[in-house]
Amino acid sequence: MSQNFRLPTGGRVNRGKKISFTFDGRRMSGLEGDTLASALLANGEHLAGRSFKYHRPRGILSAGPEEPNALVGVGADEGHYSPNLRATQVELFEGLVAESQNRSPSLRYDWAGVNNLIWRFIPAGFYYKTFMWPRGAWTKFFEPRIRAMAGLGRAPRAPDATTYAQRYAHCDVLVVGAGPAGLAAALAAVQGGQRVILCDEQNELGGSLLSETDATIDGAPAARWLSETIAQLRAAGSLQILARTTAFGYFPHNMLGLVERLTDHLPGVAGQPRERLWQVRAKQVVLAAGEIERPLVFPDNDRPGIMLAGAARIYASRYGVKPGQRAVIVTAHDSAYRAALALYQAGVGIAAIADVRANPQGGWVDLARKAGLPVRAGCTITGTSGRLRVSGADLAPLAADGTVGASERVSCDLLLMSGGFTPSVHLFSQSRGKLVYDDALGAFVPGTPAEDCWVAGACRGVSLLSEVLADGFAKGASAARAAGGALVPARGFATTHAPATGGGFAGALPHGKNPASVRAFVDFQNDSTAKDIKLAISEGLRSIEHIKRYTTTGMATDQGKISNMNALGIATDVLARPIAQIGTTTFRMPYTPTTFGVFAGYARGDLFDTVRRTPVHHWAEAQGAVFEDVSLWKRARYFPLAGEDMHQAVARECRAVRAAAGIFDASTLGKIEVAGPDAAEFLNRMYVNAWSKLKPGRLRYGLLLREDGFILDDGVIGRMSDECFHVTTTTGGAARVLTMMEDYRQTEFPELKVWLTSTTEQWAVIALQGPKAREILAPFVEGADISHAAMPHMSVVECRVAGVPARLFRVSFTGELGFEINVPADYGRAVWEAIFAAGQPAGLVAYGTETMHVLRAEKGYIIVGQETDGTVTPDDAGLSWAIGKAKPDFVGKRALARAGMGEGVQRKQLVGLLTDDPQVVLEEGAQLVADPAQPPPMTMLGHVTSSYWSATLNRSMALALVKNGRARIGETLHVPMPGRVIRVTITGPVFYDAEGIKLDG
Amino acid sequence: MAETMARLHPLAAVKTVADPHLVAQGPMGRFSLRLSPTAAPPPLGALGLSLPLAPCRAAQSETAAALWLGPGEWLLLTAPERAPAVEAALRAELAGQAFSLVEISHRQTGFSLSGPRAAQRLNAGCPLDLDLASFPVGMCTRTVFAKAEIVLWRTGAEQFHIEVWRSFVPYLWELLVIVGAETS
Repeated sequence: MSQNFRLPTGGRVNRGKKISFTFDGRRMSGLEGDTLASALLANGEHLAGRSFKYHRPRGILSAGPEEPNALVGVGADEGHYSPNLRATQVELFEGLVAESQNRSPSLRYDWAGVNNLIWRFIPAGFYYKTFMWPRGAWTKFFEPRIRAMAGLGRAPRAPDATTYAQRYAHCDVLVVGAGPAGLAAALAAVQGGQRVILCDEQNELGGSLLSETDATIDGAPAARWLSETIAQLRAAGSLQILARTTAFGYFPHNMLGLVERLTDHLPGVAGQPRERLWQVRAKQVVLAAGEIERPLVFPDNDRPGIMLAGAARIYASRYGVKPGQRAVIVTAHDSAYRAALALYQAGVGIAAIADVRANPQGGWVDLARKAGLPVRAGCTITGTSGRLRVSGADLAPLAADGTVGASERVSCDLLLMSGGFTPSVHLFSQSRGKLVYDDALGAFVPGTPAEDCWVAGACRGVSLLSEVLADGFAKGASAARAAGGALVPARGFATTHAPATGGGFAGALPHGKNPASVRAFVDFQNDSTAKDIKLAISEGLRSIEHIKRYTTTGMATDQGKISNMNALGIATDVLARPIAQIGTTTFRMPYTPTTFGVFAGYARGDLFDTVRRTPVHHWAEAQGAVFEDVSLWKRARYFPLAGEDMHQAVARECRAVRAAAGIFDASTLGKIEVAGPDAAEFLNRMYVNAWSKLKPGRLRYGLLLREDGFILDDGVIGRMSDECFHVTTTTGGAARVLTMMEDYRQTEFPELKVWLTSTTEQWAVIALQGPKAREILAPFVEGADISHAAMPHMSVVECRVAGVPARLFRVSFTGELGFEINVPADYGRAVWEAIFAAGQPAGLVAYGTETMHVLRAEKGYIIVGQETDGTVTPDDAGLSWAIGKAKPDFVGKRALARAGMGEGVQRKQLVGLLTDDPQVVLEEGAQLVADPAQPPPMTMLGHVTSSYWSATLNRSMALALVKNGRARIGETLHVPMPGRVIRVTITGPVFYDAEGIKLDG
Repeated sequence: MAETMARLHPLAAVKTVADPHLVAQGPMGRFSLRLSPTAAPPPLGALGLSLPLAPCRAAQSETAAALWLGPGEWLLLTAPERAPAVEAALRAELAGQAFSLVEISHRQTGFSLSGPRAAQRLNAGCPLDLDLASFPVGMCTRTVFAKAEIVLWRTGAEQFHIEVWRSFVPYLWELLVIVGAETS
């Protein structure tokens, strides 16, 4: 097709640059500067979509972000597919592939159009009623069908192939909207010497000036004033212009979210992000968001070819497109006369201008009459004809008392309507600014702002061009001044421009028909009608927020853009209460739909989150280690040899540690240097243990509780000197423990002279465990005697290991003789490799976290988060020996004295479990019962916390928390599992070397 | 034996691309110094500078730098070979008052980010206002870059020094490279 409806001249499109695209597989062409909507119209295509509920054929209604009908899917492949884009906002580019939505098999023939025939049976809120009756029909009948029908576009079938960027920005003045008000505001703010960001959702700055063909500003045609103003603004170094950038959300403290569309319109550009999220913190904001034209509500006002009058004028003036051959215009506002004249001059036949007002007057009305356009005053519209395109309008005289006369069908292929204009108050409302109803304007306008925010131009109801410009400049100057800028004197703008400001209508037009038999659409996108709103009120809903939800009017992406004022107009009639009392619904963000991708930004794939790796990580990777995630860390779980599965690898590693030695990367353990004269006192108050008498060079197992007395974290703590402790925490608890300690230090114990420094990443920690650990380590150690006599279990020395300064701990989490070698992290890999190589003749193996878990479970050592779940006290875990009984206080001490926490209460206690069948390994989390034959609900006595195959014992073993468990040792309990019951015997929690002889090698 | 032990830079296993504006720095001596916020800090001869007392400001000498990170909290930077001597001298100078001096040379890694787009690159993940008027040369602070905590120090109009914990180094590097490839 060849743009049969493109005017020979005019518009801002580039006639030298033809662009080809497809819509529903049909190849068409447009021009550079077109939107998809203007290009479709240039090809005579109005039919662009099917409505949400009734699947009625729908055409392009508007020329902007308020478009409810022409929602399309765009993308040549699934990786670039976006559903529900408004064709009025999709910038045309070479090779664009678009498809219509919500239709099957095709836009012209849609089987679900049957909904349009049964509409009487699916009124507003019908699905709420399907919840209620008949019983059971919801899940079996209604829900599957409604789900299948719901939604407009479809989700893409492949991951997003594009990338997204994000940026934070700060400015003195953010101007939203670059129409005449926004441009003037930017001029003033720049003049005030401020850092300014000016954003506009369109590809070009200018707003209404882009379709302004008549007016002059300061003696120049509007188009020339526009280009000169933009050049002037661009020359100012302190201004950043963001075109194709939608301000979608207004957040507290003047932070606005903007989405800048970077490359969708540049299909040749590869490797650059598609969109950028701007999070702008502005000292002052000027909202110059313009206004949205209001449709008229009359029967069958939704056929393709029915448009907003202003939109038709924009298509003719800005895009050089003739939206039809023969137009009927229905209006309650002067601006439609201006549209009629523009179309008339573009060669569109004007069949009638039906004005519902009895006596329309004004400059544009006179001009229309002078041009001989057939004006019918006091005339309403009672219906339309045509299926895939409007073919006629039924016009009828409207008497002053509201009675409607006999209608006459006027044939047309274009029906334009204008009910006046609604200020675009969405962002102001999002900022929690109060809206007030302006009776003269018949619309809500911004009242008192809640943020440092100024509102200029049409979005506060100012509509005369000279006033809009002056208002914009004044608000820009005020914003600049408030942000600390220079005083900018007021400035006027001389314009020649016939005002088109009279009139306006909100509600449903009188049509004289049985209201039950017609559908006059209020919200086109959600298929809600005047009748639906009346139904909602008749069913008892009074609040406009309830009416909105019951009828879905103004929900979803519409957010009241098209529907809000007309819905209120209908409600005010039925409720017989003024609109000002009814109030308006809340405008929610985003202003227009925003991609998920732009919120995800860089956080995808490998950069979804920070992946933390230890200095030894890549050695382990080269050895074939299998890793597991522990908080943000990657930890080696086991090191399988060729042909080994996890079970075999772990069994081999366990045997090697018990028989010879194992080397383990413990670098992820949290480490906190607690230093200062009051370090010991601080630890006394934080941990349950007593620290004052711990001698420098000695270690102690520390237990940390929450205020409520339950175990939060544990770890070995070394006293390096009188005033310095080396605290270790669990891997996952490192940040939590440091934050908690810092909180107490600053808020509870500010008198203590002590400081906390995270040293988690300062040290690489190499655990060397097993009977041969000492003989492997000894040759590397300088400056310390590591013999048993000089360095017993639970001691620490500073020395050199492999020539590197080290903190050498003698400590064991395996039950074997063990050391943990802390070396500065850069050296971790080299020291590890040296020890690993030296240990090979002795049978040293690398082991992972799984083996560590088995070895510690054989010893009954708990793991916080496995044996504890936030409800376990030290006594429950068998750790009451750790508590410094003589201490006056520690975090959690008071809670431990509460009833229910201690003596005389049957709390769950840590015990061991051995299955009768030694081959059976219990499932962690499995419940324990005394009587497996008890009918449900059964009395559950406890649960399995850790369960492994023990190569050392050559049988299974488990740890469990069992009610009154220590008194039950020797008893048999049962673990009911699907299909069987497993018998277990309760034991003590230590399965291996209960005397602790092995700790000394 | 020390000379046989190789230091491994946290970026060693990351496939890096040449970027004239983003340079990962080698070893450095680093300390976290804490003093009572109400105590007057002594001039530190070992560093050749006085500790900056103004919030979020850095002081520099020929051989060292001190970055104010919080009340009574400074990050000290010096050459790696000087670190042991500096630590000993500082302990001597601070003797008699309550303090904490913890070596963190290996905890973190330094980057320098420069060029006309340096601030813009940082603003991809750092929410601070990096305009020269708001974040002047010599200003430093603990902040975030996307999901990583960093210390950011402006050393020139178009020059930043970044300190980040070693396990976050690949994340920071990869993200800054991606942002650096953006053309607008």
